[in-house]
Amino acid sequence: MTVSTRVTTAEPEAVREPGRRMLSLESVKRTATLAAVLLALLVVGAVTRPDIFLDPAKLWSNELTVLSLASAIGVITIGMTFVMIGGGIDLSVGALLALASVWCTTVATQSFGVTGVIFAALAVGTGAGIVNGLLISYGRLVPFIATLAMMVAARGLAQKISGSQTQINRVAFVNDLASGKVLGIPYIVVIFAVVVVLGWILLNRTTFGRRTVAIGGNAEAARLAGINVKRHTLALYALSGLCCGIAALIVVAQTTSGSNTNGDLYELNAIAAAIIGGTALTGGRGTIMGSLFGVLIFSQIANLFTVNNLPTETQRIVNGAIIVCAVLVQQLQMGRLRVPAFAWTRRGRTPT
Amino acid sequence: MSTSRRRLLLGGSALGAGALLAGCTSNETKGNDDNDQTKVSGGNNAAPGKTVTIGFTAPAADHGWIAAITNNAKAQAGKYSDVKLLAVDPGRDAPAQIAAIQSLIQQKPDAIVMLPYDGAQLTAVARQATDAGIPVVNLDREFADPAAAFTLIKGDNYGMGVSAGHYIGRKLKGRSGAVIAEIAGIDTLQLTKDRSKGFADTLATYGLRVTNRVAAQFTVDSGQAVTANLLQAAPKIDAIWNHDDDQGVGVLAAIRQAGRKEFFMVGGAGSLDAMDHIKAGDSPLEATVTYPPTMASSAISLARLTAQGKGMEDLVELQVPKLIVLQSETVTKENVERYRPLGFKS
Repeated sequence: MTVSTRVTTAEPEAVREPGRRMLSLESVKRTATLAAVLLALLVVGAVTRPDIFLDPAKLWSNELTVLSLASAIGVITIGMTFVMIGGGIDLSVGALLALASVWCTTVATQSFGVTGVIFAALAVGTGAGIVNGLLISYGRLVPFIATLAMMVAARGLAQKISGSQTQINRVAFVNDLASGKVLGIPYIVVIFAVVVVLGWILLNRTTFGRRTVAIGGNAEAARLAGINVKRHTLALYALSGLCCGIAALIVVAQTTSGSNTNGDLYELNAIAAAIIGGTALTGGRGTIMGSLFGVLIFSQIANLFTVNNLPTETQRIVNGAIIVCAVLVQQLQMGRLRVPAFAWTRRGRTPT
Repeated sequence: MSTSRRRLLLGGSALGAGALLAGCTSNETKGNDDNDQTKVSGGNNAAPGKTVTIGFTAPAADHGWIAAITNNAKAQAGKYSDVKLLAVDPGRDAPAQIAAIQSLIQQKPDAIVMLPYDGAQLTAVARQATDAGIPVVNLDREFADPAAAFTLIKGDNYGMGVSAGHYIGRKLKGRSGAVIAEIAGIDTLQLTKDRSKGFADTLATYGLRVTNRVAAQFTVDSGQAVTANLLQAAPKIDAIWNHDDDQGVGVLAAIRQAGRKEFFMVGGAGSLDAMDHIKAGDSPLEATVTYPPTMASSAISLARLTAQGKGMEDLVELQVPKLIVLQSETVTKENVERYRPLGFKS
C-alpha cells in the first residue's frame, strides 16, 4: 500500500531509493566486517604480545606506528579507489611515487626550499596523472595498458634523474612531517586523515562522486545522461596522480630521502587494499571507509609479524589468503555464490 | 572571450610550471664532486702498456651500491691511457645479459669484467668467452664453475657478519640477556643468509644471540617501515646490525622518528652517508662494516694487467691471483677519515 503511494507521488526518488538504500546497507555491513577483522587482529596482538597490546602507552605508540606506515599507501589507495570506482585501474602509482620523490629531492629542487619540494612533488604526480588520463580518455588506450606504460617509463625516468642513487633530503620542514607531532599524532598521519575525509566528502557528498559511480557503473549510460565522461576520466587519473604526489612527500619525510626504488609494488598493495575494502574491479562500487580499513588491515598484519619476530615470507602467504577470503565473502554477500550454509546472507533479497 | 582567456591563463601557467619543473631535475652540486674511488699506483705497472679493450657488464643500477660499481669501473678505466672500456647494456635480467655478453664476445675485447645478475645462470656464457680466448674477470657474484673465469674478485658476505658480530660482541660481552636486533636485506638471497650466519656464529662466541630479526628490501622505504615496527616490538634494544647502508637511510630515519637512542648501531657496505653519520656522531650509528664497490675499480685494474700479460708487482707470481676476497673492514669514528674517500654515494 505505502509502496504504491510512493511510486505515484515521487517517481524518480522511488526508482532510485531502494537500490541506494540497499547499497548503503551493504557497504555498512561490509565496513563492519572489516572493522571486526581489524579488531580480531588487535586481539591476536593482545594474546601474543600482551606486554605491548595491553599497555595503553605502548599500544598507542604501536598503533601510531601502524598508522604512520599506512599513510603513504593509504593516500595512494584513496586515489586508486576513485579510479577503480570509475571503472579504471592505475598501475603507475608506485612508479609515480618514486618519480615524484626523486624529482622533489634533487639538489636543484631543494635549492628552492620547502615550497619547491612540495610543489615539485604535487606537480609531478598530478602532471603524470594527467598524461595517464589524456592517453586513456582522449587517446582511447585501455587503462591497464596506458598506466602499465607509465609505470615502466616513470620508474625509468626516476632512475635517470637520480642516477639510481638515494637523494638525501635536507629540507628540514619536510623531514619534520614524519618526526614532528601535533597533539601527539605525527603530521603524516594527520595528512592521511585529511585525505581520507576529503576523499569521503568528494565521493559521497558531491556531484563529482556521483558521476564517478555512474561512469564506473555504465559509462555509456552516463554519457547519455549528459556527463562528460572523457573529462571526468581525465580528472580521476589526475586525482590519482595528485595522491601519488602527496604520498611521495610522506615517503620523503619518513625516509628523509628520495629514491627510485620507493613505492615498489605499491600498485598491487593499493589495489589489494581497495579490493578487500569492497571496491569492484569492474567499477561502479566501492567506499572510502572500506579502502581505509583495507590499508589498515595490511599495515596491522605487517606490524603483528614484526612484533612477534616472525619471518616475512609467511606474511606474504597470509596477505594473499586474506585477499582471496575477502573477495569470496563479498561474493557470498552479493549472492553470486550459492553455498547453503550462507543462505542467510541473501535473506530478504528478492530475485530480479 | 572569458573562457578563452581562462584557457590561455591555464595553459600558460601549466607551461610555466612544466618549465620550472624541468629545471628541477639537476643534481649537480658545486665543487665537492670528487667522489670517485679509483687508484693508479706508481711502479712499472702504471706505465702505459699496449692499448687494451676491456668489456664491462654489470646489472642495471637500481640502487646506490650497483650504481657505484658501474661508476667506479668507468672512472678507473678513464684513469688509464691504455684502456678502452666497452661497457654494454646488461638489459633487465640474466637472459638479456647473456645476449649482451654474446654480442660483446663477437667484438673480441682483450678482457671482460663481468658482474652477473646471477652467477650460476651466467656461467655458460662466461665459459664461451673464456673458450674464445678472452680472459674473464668475475666480479663479486661467483660463477658456478671456477674454470669459467680467469680470476675472481669478490666481497666477503660471511665476513661482514663476522666483523659486525665482533664489534657488537666486544661491546656487549658478558651480558647474556642483551637485546640484539638484526635488520637484514632481501631474505631470499644467498648473500643475506651468509651475512646472517656470520653474524650469528660470531655472536655465539661471545655468548650472545640475535633476539629480533627483520628483513627489508635494500630500499630506503622498506628499511624505514621494518625498523619502525621493530622499534615497537622491542621497547629496549642494546645493539642493531643493519646489513645495508642504502636501506640504512630509512633505518636511521625511523630511529629518529621514534626518538630512540638507548642502543648503538652497526651498518653494512660503507656508504658516504653512513660514514658522515659515524664521523659526526649525530645518530646511534657507530660503525659500519665494508662491502666496498671499489672492487669494480680493482677489477678493471686486474683486467688491464691480465690483458697486458702482467702480474701484480708486489707479488712474485707472473700473473694476477686466481681469487681475491676483500676484507670486510670495520669503519669507526677513529678511522673514518681514512675510509671516507672510499665511501660510495648511497
